[in-house]
Amino acid sequence: MDVLLPGSLDEALTMKAERPEAIPLAGGTDVMVDMNFGRLRPPAIIDVSRLGELTSHTEDNGKIYLGSGVTYATIVREMAAFKPLVQASRSVGSPQIRNRGTVGGNLGTASPAGDALPVLAAYDAEVVLRSQARGERSLPWQTFLMGPKKTAIAPDELIVGTSWRRVRGPGSFSKIGTRNAMVIAVAGLCLVVDEERRRVRVALGSVGPVIIRASEAEEKVSSALATAGCWDDPTKPMADQSIDEFAELVAAAARPLDDVRGTAAYRRHGCKVLARRAITWALSERRMPSWL
Amino acid sequence: MVVRVKVNGEWREAEVWAGTSLLSLLRDALNLYGSKNACEQGECGSCSVWLDGALVCSCLVLAAQAHERDVRTVEGLRDDGRLHPVQEAFVEAGAVQCGFCTPGFVVAVADLLQRDPDPSPATVREALSGNLCRCTGYQKILDAVSLAAARLRTQA
Repeated sequence: MDVLLPGSLDEALTMKAERPEAIPLAGGTDVMVDMNFGRLRPPAIIDVSRLGELTSHTEDNGKIYLGSGVTYATIVREMAAFKPLVQASRSVGSPQIRNRGTVGGNLGTASPAGDALPVLAAYDAEVVLRSQARGERSLPWQTFLMGPKKTAIAPDELIVGTSWRRVRGPGSFSKIGTRNAMVIAVAGLCLVVDEERRRVRVALGSVGPVIIRASEAEEKVSSALATAGCWDDPTKPMADQSIDEFAELVAAAARPLDDVRGTAAYRRHGCKVLARRAITWALSERRMPSWL
Repeated sequence: MVVRVKVNGEWREAEVWAGTSLLSLLRDALNLYGSKNACEQGECGSCSVWLDGALVCSCLVLAAQAHERDVRTVEGLRDDGRLHPVQEAFVEAGAVQCGFCTPGFVVAVADLLQRDPDPSPATVREALSGNLCRCTGYQKILDAVSLAAARLRTQA
């Protein structure tokens, strides 16, 4: 086994082109576990953890760019304006894990339980890939994440970042697990309200082979808000029935399985509970908008 | 491959297999047995060290990733033969039973107190959420954190 230690992104892309079988290693919270347990013996590893080009986050004219090497600890410290992303990041592992784990790692591993992924899905984020031969390309998150642990990345590419349009409105991330730390989600949910487009967006993690957007629930609750006049006047109440229907439709969108962490029935129920909480939080936040 | 790491202020070098973790480098090549090997998946915190000043699980760092970088281990807390105030507090509060998790806890607590000298109980619990202890029931560990925090504040 070879370890490649590029000093710059350009050098890393050259190495990846020459050794397409090399596995990129960032925070090690997935790859090193498999290495330690003998489940993974790649012919080569390429260390992307010291590439400064991957560790920036910027905002330009409402467009956010988040480098793939930004750790969860950095997001919690520096990206307070992105509450759902901060909440998801803070729920990842432990301080030790958050000091190392990166959003690029969540994307590369493509586990449906990656906590950052429902947030990126709710933000309608794109994944930015780069190769030496073809330069940069961006894929919508749902094109990039093809299945459990399966992505659309080409063998000579590296994940360099993710980007999205800033969403004006409240939002949250919440998840269900056995503890408040060190938990792989049994179910995770991100809800964001897009005040400009008058649309609620909901994404689910850990309850299907990929991250799921609850499109029908989004549609119904967005028009229920319109019917109730809530978009123009956030103090107007929305019917309890609309909240019930929203929670039911979110749960119906899940495609959960039974596994060691929970049954399909429990996961579906969890989605309903998370959906009800998330929409309730969002509606009360709209009345007292801290996101302004 | 040859990995060169600055450990507790001293440059050390070792020839290791490319897939070796930083934890294994420390224990098996450099004979630093303070960092403990338990879960090997980042769950237990027994192998906690600082890598360029950041608290990490050394089992999840490839030794090569620490090449030419700064590592500080529990052994580096001792100052001129004297225990670190966090270590003293653990002894006095009875925060140690079998002792296996203790080095990881000591490092995590020292990390917390250097960032936040007067942490709230909730902050302490969150900061130690990545360290598991199967003996003490945690209360004595939390007592040790309060004791160490109070002492470090009067020293400062």
